[in-house]
Amino acid sequence: MMTSLMPQLSLRFIPVWRRNLLVWRKIMVPSVLGNFGEPVLYLLAFGYGFGQLVGDLGDLPYMVFLASGIICSSAMYTASFEGMYSAYTRMSEQKTWDGLLGAPLNLDDIVLGEIMWAATKALMSATAILVVAALLGLVSDLRALLALPVILLAGFAFAACAMIVTALSRSYDFFLYYFTLAITPMLLLSGVFFPLDQLPDVIVILAHLLPLVHVVEVIRPLMIGEWPVNVLLHLSVVAAYGLVALSLSTWLLRRRLMC
Amino acid sequence: MDTVALTDDFTTAQTADGPHIARACRLLKRYDGQTVVDHIDLEVRPGECFGLLGPNGAGKTTTLRMMLGLTPPDGGTLHVLGEPIPARAREARVRLGIVPQFDNLDPDFTVRENLTTYAGYFGLKGDARRRRVDELIAFANLGQRENMGIDSLSGGMKRRLTLARALINRPELVVLDEPTTGLDPQARHHIWQCLRGLKQQGTTLILTTHYMEEAERLCDRLAIMDRGRIVAQDSPNALIAEHIDPHVLEINGNAAMRWLDGQTDDLPARAHRVGDMALLYCREAAPVLERLERAGLRYLHRPANLEDVFMKLTGHELRD
Repeated sequence: MMTSLMPQLSLRFIPVWRRNLLVWRKIMVPSVLGNFGEPVLYLLAFGYGFGQLVGDLGDLPYMVFLASGIICSSAMYTASFEGMYSAYTRMSEQKTWDGLLGAPLNLDDIVLGEIMWAATKALMSATAILVVAALLGLVSDLRALLALPVILLAGFAFAACAMIVTALSRSYDFFLYYFTLAITPMLLLSGVFFPLDQLPDVIVILAHLLPLVHVVEVIRPLMIGEWPVNVLLHLSVVAAYGLVALSLSTWLLRRRLMC
Repeated sequence: MDTVALTDDFTTAQTADGPHIARACRLLKRYDGQTVVDHIDLEVRPGECFGLLGPNGAGKTTTLRMMLGLTPPDGGTLHVLGEPIPARAREARVRLGIVPQFDNLDPDFTVRENLTTYAGYFGLKGDARRRRVDELIAFANLGQRENMGIDSLSGGMKRRLTLARALINRPELVVLDEPTTGLDPQARHHIWQCLRGLKQQGTTLILTTHYMEEAERLCDRLAIMDRGRIVAQDSPNALIAEHIDPHVLEINGNAAMRWLDGQTDDLPARAHRVGDMALLYCREAAPVLERLERAGLRYLHRPANLEDVFMKLTGHELRD
């Protein structure tokens, strides 16, 4: 049998995506609270509490600095959670994927649909934070809207990475490894809470091997009314993470489920 | 059951030996060096109900999964609805329905939403979709519960809904993996009735079961699988006629076993002993009955059935 190693990309992912949207609409209130309330609380508590101590970073008030970081980290968390806990539940506990495979859909369509859905959730969460940040006066101008497509790309990349973990996982406990070993270090080393130049050079170089810092370096300038530099390079790193992870997770899931 | 049209006209693949809905040649599947499906040949004809019987681990479910394109075979060729599988399994699934062994209804949706979203996966939209869903809710007799969650349904209702979901695309072929396992007798009879209705409309059915009674009632032809091989393939009556004597006498208890031990080899029956019971298979019942009466033993006299064939061909030991 000839099966391509690459994922088969098709618009058939849309029914899978739509299924998740329909379910989300039913549990919208707690879902919005989770995706939107928590980062806002962080923003307010850290921003006001910490901001007093830290003062300004250059000519940037700490709140403004933090808002542009949190929008990125929240996209990472939202996409990762959805790609792990929720997708794993649908794959393993609820057997939703088995049902989908009874319809004229391929596993590749399901994986892409789940990843696109997780990216969509990241976008929804980031949009909500952007609105709050704008209301609090933490956003400079309309350039901030350009952050949203970047967030969608970032959500895609983080969701695809999470899908690799889901493909390898035998239980929910496994996800903690990924959070502890990948997500948390990335959160701390990507300039979300403090500028990277506080850290030793070697750490800064290592941090640039991971995707989150590239997201932050594009989005922060957009939020504070500047134009980012090296945009193509940054976005290419994020996109590469997404595409490689999509291929790898699809391949792993085919091995796991279509056997 | 409602008299709604549940299927379209079916198309079949033509070959030298006549039309078929599914055909497997030398189909092979190995897991970790162990052969689970061992070069089997199968042919399912249009409009028939074809049964796949076998003890646990015989390879039934693996065979079905291969037919649906969910498991890649390690050898042989496979065609379903004229499509080569697994290469064009997705295209074949457009035209078939699946009732899996374990219900995988969507627990995030109500009864109606389950059917509506599933219809969406097949590209049904708007009015056509709503009408189809209405028909199937009536078919599954779930009108009272259409807006309830899946958790509130009994096992029988879930099965009915799963069957209704499998019919959403008016399939030419419905594949059912142990459709009545775990159901109470009423629910089982209801499913049987639904399946007979489908057959009358020309839908081809492939089902696995280990209820011989179910196979005997529903199946036009069946294959008995054991250890990955097909050990017999024919109609239930032909299998009984070919493999087993028509009369069965069941005896049990210590006295009966002592009597059996005391019989010299002139007993005109083939005795099969399992623990403290024995089955005597014979062409003529009278001579054996006479001996049993003389010994004053209790017995049960019945015609041979599919279960006798099954036990003869697959053995009596426990399978896990």
